[in-house]
Amino acid sequence: MSEVILQIDGKEVSATEGMTVLQAARSAGIFIPTLCYHEKLEPFAGCRLCIVEAEASGESRLIVSCVSAVEKDLVIKTRSERVDRIRKTLLELLLAHAPDSPKLQDLAVEYGADKNRFEKDASFCVHCGLCVRYCAEVVKKNAVGFVGRGTKKEICFVPEIASVECNDCKECFPLCPTSYLQAAFVLTEALAFPNTSSEPDSE
Amino acid sequence: MDIERIDQIIDSHRGEASSLIQILLEIQRENGWLPREALDRVRERLQVPVSRIQHIVTFYKAFSLVPRGRHQVHICVGTACHVRGATRILDKVEEITGIKAGETDLDLKFSVETVGCVGCCALGPVLEVDGKTHGKITPTETAAVLKSYE
Amino acid sequence: MARINSPEKLEKARQEILSRRKPDAPCISICAGAGCLAFGASEVIDAFKAEVEKQGLTVDVDIKKTGCPGFCERGPVVVIFPEEICYLQVKPQDVPEIVSQTIKEKKIVERLLYVDPTTDEKAIHESDIPFYKNQQRNIICDNIKIDSKILDDYLAIGGYEALSKVLFQMSADDVLAEVKASQLRGRGGAGFPVWRKWEGTRNSPGEIKYLVVNADEGDPGAFMDRALLEGNPHSILEGLIIGAHTIGSNEGYFYVRQEYPLAMENLGIAIRQAKEYGLLGKDILGSGFDFNVEVHRGAGAFVCGEETALLRSLEGKPGEPTPRPPYPAVKGLWEKPTNINNVETWANIPLIINKGGAAFASTGTEGSKGTKIFSLVGKITNTGLVEVPMGITLNDIIYKIGGGIPGGKKFKAVQTGGPSGGCIPAEQLNLEVGFDELTKAGSMMGSGGMIVLDEDTCMVDVARYFIDFLTEESCGKCVPCREGLRQMHTILTRITRGEGREGDIELLEVLAETAKEASLCALGKSAPNPFLSTLRYFRDEYDAHIKEKRCPALSCKELISYYIEPDKCQACMICLKKCPVDAIEGGKKKIHVIIQEKCTNCGECFEACPSKFGAIKKLSGEPVPPPIPEAERTFVKKSKEK
Repeated sequence: MSEVILQIDGKEVSATEGMTVLQAARSAGIFIPTLCYHEKLEPFAGCRLCIVEAEASGESRLIVSCVSAVEKDLVIKTRSERVDRIRKTLLELLLAHAPDSPKLQDLAVEYGADKNRFEKDASFCVHCGLCVRYCAEVVKKNAVGFVGRGTKKEICFVPEIASVECNDCKECFPLCPTSYLQAAFVLTEALAFPNTSSEPDSE
Repeated sequence: MDIERIDQIIDSHRGEASSLIQILLEIQRENGWLPREALDRVRERLQVPVSRIQHIVTFYKAFSLVPRGRHQVHICVGTACHVRGATRILDKVEEITGIKAGETDLDLKFSVETVGCVGCCALGPVLEVDGKTHGKITPTETAAVLKSYE
Repeated sequence: MARINSPEKLEKARQEILSRRKPDAPCISICAGAGCLAFGASEVIDAFKAEVEKQGLTVDVDIKKTGCPGFCERGPVVVIFPEEICYLQVKPQDVPEIVSQTIKEKKIVERLLYVDPTTDEKAIHESDIPFYKNQQRNIICDNIKIDSKILDDYLAIGGYEALSKVLFQMSADDVLAEVKASQLRGRGGAGFPVWRKWEGTRNSPGEIKYLVVNADEGDPGAFMDRALLEGNPHSILEGLIIGAHTIGSNEGYFYVRQEYPLAMENLGIAIRQAKEYGLLGKDILGSGFDFNVEVHRGAGAFVCGEETALLRSLEGKPGEPTPRPPYPAVKGLWEKPTNINNVETWANIPLIINKGGAAFASTGTEGSKGTKIFSLVGKITNTGLVEVPMGITLNDIIYKIGGGIPGGKKFKAVQTGGPSGGCIPAEQLNLEVGFDELTKAGSMMGSGGMIVLDEDTCMVDVARYFIDFLTEESCGKCVPCREGLRQMHTILTRITRGEGREGDIELLEVLAETAKEASLCALGKSAPNPFLSTLRYFRDEYDAHIKEKRCPALSCKELISYYIEPDKCQACMICLKKCPVDAIEGGKKKIHVIIQEKCTNCGECFEACPSKFGAIKKLSGEPVPPPIPEAERTFVKKSKEK
């Protein structure tokens, strides 16, 4: 693999070919916010928070750093007025679902995001897909999946698998940025697990 | 729907997981909806995770996980029909059937759905019942059409 | 039919088909496209069959169920060859007369001809009708000449000649050069140069390559691909096989929208017949080249028109787009190089090979060559499919071909490019139609939907309608599209309900920017267009809704009231009987009054009131005048007063 030199926030960064801009930045100790990214998983490119400004041959464009490969002489700005404005709006859209998420709150302070800007929606999932993808790609159990599409998309445990696998694993729990995953699990456990070991209370 | 017929459908697609959507569409078309047993059989034979089937049958609009009514009522809400008053037809259908688009009534008489565009824009607004097209329809005529179905 | 295994035998087969046909024998072509079928074309076809038999003409007269010629407004359409006499709005009861008069006596049935509304002149031939006369029909013109279920019909008009030429007389480089010379751009939406896509896939390393026909025509109000699939599937297939040979692919897929059952049927028949004839499958025309196709049905998801989502769907997965790059040309279906083009794009290929790329490029504007099929719908006199040269003005399409706006209404805007397109106002009707021209005007070409809007259409509602559609169809993967559109929809809905707030437009603008800049796929990136273009040209309508709680088009239900003008009311009881909620008071000889508290704004009374009275008025942004006092409600007929 050959070496690629690019510039991130004015700093010369050396990366290997095939690396993403996000990986290159992290390897150089430069912070780019992410929500759906996880080093063990295939990039998902859903949250769009890792958007950065890229300059090549005099033209500036926005790229999503978790799925954009490094290129020679690329000039990256991880912060700019444009980038910050988009990140702020994205955070505000997510805060409409999960106003108390610590991770979102921290970022909200950084970008001046107002959690009350958009109409609230009482579904706490932010659809980062970390739980679903971790279970499929790392644990390989597929105990939790997506259902629905668009604004009706949700995560959903598969009771038959979850009842057998999840209690001893729960590796995905700490990944959830909103703690909604735990709630969904408890609900599924209470309502849909087949033949739980203890008999339900009589009468 | 019996297991043998489901197996036949799966076999006609050589049991390939990539044909999952095509297989489910055929079951949907023959049976009118996708019962749990059918989904279980497809999963077993194709060796795909439940989560993938769950996502597919809820992602695509063609699938139904509940039995459908005897009559399929489609209201075209394509742009041409919209500007020619499709909303008022939809309101009328919802008023008469007592259900919203995407639902089936308790007697399993009507399933009501909105559709993107049926390609008969010259006839807008369009109402389709069991595949029969009623073009340039008014709310009053809508009532008459629906009342003619048992 | 034995497999055809050489170009000479193809030519021989064609000559045989032609020799069996008597060019002077009458042929009755009846459109069996979806629009005409809905108008009752099936019954007309049956009536023709019965009548021809009854009059003992079965041997001499050919009856053809053809594809859509485009004039859906006047369906069922019947064309009688060889004279090309065109009858419109034909009913089964007209059939005996047509057969005895036109077929037997060669006389015209005058009342079924097209009558020009301005000059009262009758048009006998298809080509005399202004709707057709002002078009340039290179692709769709064959629809009325062939029964798409019969391959011989396609061969008779020179079908598969281009394929034969490509396989035996041209190298892949020659074909690519021809396509490059034609400057053909993709007809599906983005308008990417076709040759560049082809070359990219061809040069991508790998033994296995796939071709895909995108027939997931999902734009509401657009049905040109459907007309081609139903009416001339072989032209698409021929284009595809030519592409396969050029790119080096042996396997192709059709991805067809599930709402098009007739298209699926006709395409299936076309593929079967092409295989039987040796035009598809192994060793095509004896050239040694193999190519197979499979048809996949879509399952109801608009986003699958986006190419990466379509590929995931073909793989049997949810149709969620994946980031580009890698582009399908490098890593597409099952990670193999894949070339995707839309139906109309493929259908242009045989034409380019037959006539030459340069000839194709002689029509059009600087950046857009050839012809384009549009589906002209909405508030327009002649709804239908129109094929026009690129560079024609919107004005010519709407007035010369479309016959203008019906009901004496005023034109307001034309919406092009499907849900993610934009609205173009009256001031820009001289705009020449082309990819770049439409984009510059804040809209886009898209796949060719053209929806005409008149003064009764509310532009805020149009934006709300499209954003609603796109919110429904968003796959839900990325935040700016899923969440941004949801919020845009909420805000637009409240504006149309009269609950708009100061600052709503700015909020919408921020959301639009975010969706445009940060969305994963083209659906999200272009989703704000309906809002942005209506705001650009019709900002006053937004302001009226928000600041004055007034809908200038008198269309938004929550912002209007119905009022009966006492001096116009004839106390005829029609509206009173129609009102579903008993909100109208009055009686015989008693002027009617709408009880505003009970009225649900359904508009039934407005439509019921005879137009010669025109007593019911829509009001918006102004108080409803108080009802006239009981004492003054007795109706006195004015004509008798004197």
